[in-house]
Amino acid sequence: MFSFELLLDAVVIGVLLGCFYAAVSIGLSISFGLLDVPHVAHPAFLVLASYGVYFLNEHYGVDPLLAGLLITPLFFLFGLLAYRLYYETFEKRGSDAGVRGIAFFFGIAFIIEVLIILQFGVDQRSVTADYVGQSWRLGDMRIPFRLVVAFVVAVALTILLTLYLSRTFMGRAIRAVAQDQEALRLMGANPIRIKQWAFGIATAVLGIAGALLIIVAPVEPTLDRTYIGRTFCVVVMAGLGSMSGTLVAAIILGVAETIVLTLFGASWAPAISFAMLLGVLAVRPQGLFGRRS
Amino acid sequence: MKRRTLLGGTFAVAMFGLASTALAQQPIKIGMSMAQTGGLAGGGKASLLGIEVWRDDVNARGGLLGRKVELVVYDDKSSASETPAIYSKLLDVDKVDILFAPYATVPTAPLMPLVKQRGMLLMGNFSFQVNSKVGHDMWFNNAPWGPADSWASSFLDLGQKAGGKSIALLAADQEFAQNLAKTAREVATKLGMQVVFDQAYPPSTVEFSGILRALKAAKPDIVYVASYPPDSAGILRAVNEIGIGDNVKLFGGGMVGLQFGTVMENLGSLLNGVVNYNTWLPEPNMYNEGTKAFFETYTKRAVEAKVDPLGYYLAPYGYASGQMIEQAIKAVGSLDQKALAKYLRENTHKTIVGPITFAADGEWKESGVVQAQFRGIKDKNIEQFRTPGRQVILFPAKLKSGDLITPFEAARK
Repeated sequence: MFSFELLLDAVVIGVLLGCFYAAVSIGLSISFGLLDVPHVAHPAFLVLASYGVYFLNEHYGVDPLLAGLLITPLFFLFGLLAYRLYYETFEKRGSDAGVRGIAFFFGIAFIIEVLIILQFGVDQRSVTADYVGQSWRLGDMRIPFRLVVAFVVAVALTILLTLYLSRTFMGRAIRAVAQDQEALRLMGANPIRIKQWAFGIATAVLGIAGALLIIVAPVEPTLDRTYIGRTFCVVVMAGLGSMSGTLVAAIILGVAETIVLTLFGASWAPAISFAMLLGVLAVRPQGLFGRRS
Repeated sequence: MKRRTLLGGTFAVAMFGLASTALAQQPIKIGMSMAQTGGLAGGGKASLLGIEVWRDDVNARGGLLGRKVELVVYDDKSSASETPAIYSKLLDVDKVDILFAPYATVPTAPLMPLVKQRGMLLMGNFSFQVNSKVGHDMWFNNAPWGPADSWASSFLDLGQKAGGKSIALLAADQEFAQNLAKTAREVATKLGMQVVFDQAYPPSTVEFSGILRALKAAKPDIVYVASYPPDSAGILRAVNEIGIGDNVKLFGGGMVGLQFGTVMENLGSLLNGVVNYNTWLPEPNMYNEGTKAFFETYTKRAVEAKVDPLGYYLAPYGYASGQMIEQAIKAVGSLDQKALAKYLRENTHKTIVGPITFAADGEWKESGVVQAQFRGIKDKNIEQFRTPGRQVILFPAKLKSGDLITPFEAARK
């Protein structure tokens, strides 16, 4: 059933979907990619942000994207707290912090799930906005607006974060802490405060990413489980810590998934992410855009 | 010495008396697991509330066999791996008298061998064809599915009458949806329809635009969708955005989720035109003795418990499970599993969802599934679904409350 038209359609939808994947993964690219924190609760934070957006949209009629921006400072504070707790209870205590950290973040993820269920119930929630449910006609092709929104936001986020990490003093400090924490300590800086700040930013980004999540599809409390594999796949494939790499890797993944879904059969689509990840790691162990250490 | 014996005897008689009174006061325990968290929790909670309303009603009437009824419930987290251990515990530790199955197919399937081996009656709860291979003669499903193919045949029959000759199948890659797709394939072949698109999508699919574009390119007359709640919403959204083609006469069939209040509220006008299976609907022919009173109580308690405020799909059938067990225990006069099963198998039971008679496999003898079309639905208003005419029943004939509007694109407006 191959046709050029379908292929073109799949590529366009794939690029947009990829940008959405990038937006939901970019926070993890900082926390896991740069800071080495095994942040498996990242998708749970994301779903929590979606519920925050849902709350503001449902009760106060705030536009979902604006709501995402409004909760960003709260998420920044939440990130600062979460990292401090993780540092005091796990990271400070030694070399197996990584493994125990996974248990810590899994615990946090479960707590978040249960809190959401207690507060909002188990049902699906979605938001209303002018751009949800409408599409843009381009010849024979129709492009959902919600995916276009995801595209614009993902690109803007990537540019902002890349500029922040390369042009600002704090951004460069974050990259320094990712490269050599000890060297930074010898220079009299406190790497833990910098890591805490960076984790705060990684969590703050989730405010806006959570808005995209609920714009693209309805959310339910356990949705985070669907995104664990995908977000880690994007970040590892990109090469840990590369912002633009995250965008490109996510687009590659989105396009590959959509082409398989449209032209070869939907059952194969989830296998594609991990097959591509394995392929990339076999050829370039440092990821597509990672530097060899 | 004599006095001592007399005293001892009096004491023994008194103890025996106390013990038998205690036994009589011990509640009848009904054990089950129910999805309180995870993907099935929305349905599980509503179903449990239905059963709880029955428990309170029966206890208010004085209980069963002079004993109160108590529910022993554990959360199975919507997972099939949890249920065998929970049911072993219910039988061996909690020593329950009657077993109710958890909500849905996936958590129920692994229980069947255990229950059969222990010779326990199991009152099923909306699972689909879990007993077909196990053949447990003490299984009774509260869901109105009836014969395995009745679901697909009612939908495809409507499609054929509307002039449909080709069909597209889109099903979640998962036990329940695949069972539906399988029967749809068989019925389509029987009706001489051509299957022009047949795809299974993984449950983790986020975006359906791509699949629907491929489906649209196949130009089917009928689109049969067997999906789970998160996907149903994604599919309908994509249909609204990219369209499905003018030749589609009938769309829907087996979409799970479109029966739940909050999902319907969220989807709003996107639902218009979709023809989908359902169980109970607030249409004139669906009311039986006790139905109205049940929903009055349910609605009040659902709001407090943050459970589906409508509760049409599962809750009355949970209540009906209780009613059937109540009638069986009253008729048999004991908790003997075999005698209860015999009674359930051989009689027709009066419930708030209508009279229920079981076939040999424990499914309803005659299907009670309805196919209904969404009409005139507006956005963000859950109360509209309480009014008749919003989900017009097209099938079966005896419950029919309107005619099909076709083609699908016209019905959506």
